[in-house]
Amino acid sequence: MSLFNCISNQCPLGSSNKLGSFGAVPQLGGAQRRDKSRNSRRISSITAYYGLKSPPYKLDALEPYMSQKTLEVHWGAHHRGYVEALNKHLAKNDVLYGYTMDELIKVTYNNGNPWPEFNSAAQVWNHDFFWESMQPGGGEMPTLGLLQQIEKDFGSFINFREKFVEAALTSFGSCWVWLVLKREKRCLAIVKTSNAINPLVWNDIPITGLDVWEHAYYLDFKNDRAKYINTFMDHLISWEAAAARMARAQSFVNLGEPKIPVA
Amino acid sequence: MALRTLIARNPLRAAAPVASRGLQTFSLPDLPYDYGQLEPAISAEIMQLHHQKHHQAYITNFNKALEQLDAATAKGDASTVVKLQSAIKFNGGGHVNHSIFWKNLAPVRAGGGEPPHGSLHKAIDSNFGSFEALIQKMNAEGAAVQGSGWVWLGLDKEFKRLVVETTGNQDPLVTKGASLVPLLGIDVWEHAYYLQYKNVRPDYLKNIWKVINWKYACEVFDKESA
Repeated sequence: MSLFNCISNQCPLGSSNKLGSFGAVPQLGGAQRRDKSRNSRRISSITAYYGLKSPPYKLDALEPYMSQKTLEVHWGAHHRGYVEALNKHLAKNDVLYGYTMDELIKVTYNNGNPWPEFNSAAQVWNHDFFWESMQPGGGEMPTLGLLQQIEKDFGSFINFREKFVEAALTSFGSCWVWLVLKREKRCLAIVKTSNAINPLVWNDIPITGLDVWEHAYYLDFKNDRAKYINTFMDHLISWEAAAARMARAQSFVNLGEPKIPVA
Repeated sequence: MALRTLIARNPLRAAAPVASRGLQTFSLPDLPYDYGQLEPAISAEIMQLHHQKHHQAYITNFNKALEQLDAATAKGDASTVVKLQSAIKFNGGGHVNHSIFWKNLAPVRAGGGEPPHGSLHKAIDSNFGSFEALIQKMNAEGAAVQGSGWVWLGLDKEFKRLVVETTGNQDPLVTKGASLVPLLGIDVWEHAYYLQYKNVRPDYLKNIWKVINWKYACEVFDKESA
């Protein structure tokens, strides 16, 4: 996830996300009560910002399937732009301080009537997630538990792949396609979202995702979206990352629970 | 336009192959200029891809959706008819919008970039203050479109005034108001500028004015405000 740094005269680095309220600053040693009025004079400003996280590989590592040029523009310009926009929004007022990124996205989504901060926050998260969803030497198939769950929920991996590709091909405009673990239904599903929306807003757990905005593929594939999607599935998608996310998701969603009939 | 031919059909002939049922199909209009003639504002590569690949794809899928609509209507399959609406709106809108867009552009030597005269110029001044103010407004709104969409200069026939509107994806201007007539539309989908301008959409918007065909906008304005 993006870094959340706290810079101020007093606030200890790496402390909790809560800023702007002295009550959250941990008392260090002894019984020294901090004199609020004394401290507020010394603190000039508290600045928090999100940082642009690098992909977990060099920018040319995904060649020839995703060019270095694409990474340079997609990550270096688009993703960076979203981070800067988010920081600009957050600098305007501190109402949104103290949220984790996930919470920030849900809050600014505002149940479908998003605040201006939503676009930036969600796109920062989406792109962090996207870079981590790919790896050099990616593609092939998932294994073990994740494969079993895919086979359970889609019939077969081939069927899942077909559905995923179809979803990406039939999305209109600037979209993302996700494989999610649905919390309520406790199964995997493929979800299409438009613009910046991601499955976090519905409280589902994304396992992997594909950016189908034109900027994601235009330099490498021009209008040939189908080739991009297939290249992603065959050579880029990181099933390792997906498996790690699946493992973590299972601490929130119990997939093994037997259905106990009532009466 | 195609709906007229659909209504005239005899539904009992549903078993016959589609092509013989007089279903109107749409085809790619020719550009009134060469792909390279809008350089350097818009590159030849973009113009060719935009016209031959993107616009053509909208038309192909529009025709396909209309065929399926025809079949579903003939069978009385109401839910398929409804399900097809989004594909028709998207692909049909793409065809409509791009057909207007090609007419909105012209090479410099054919008048591209020349500001409007006459009644449209007066209307712009009275609605927006000045020609420069209109450009600024359209650039700002075009840059602010999230994802894919269009920015339009439209004539509101009901209130007899000019408006600047944006639409998402391939929604035609009329989705923002039944009385709106598009005079000028600028495609802000990434495919319209990415190869040349990358993520810097504001630069694309700044430069496209050099090849905007105001003559066409004036013609439409004069005709629709008569």
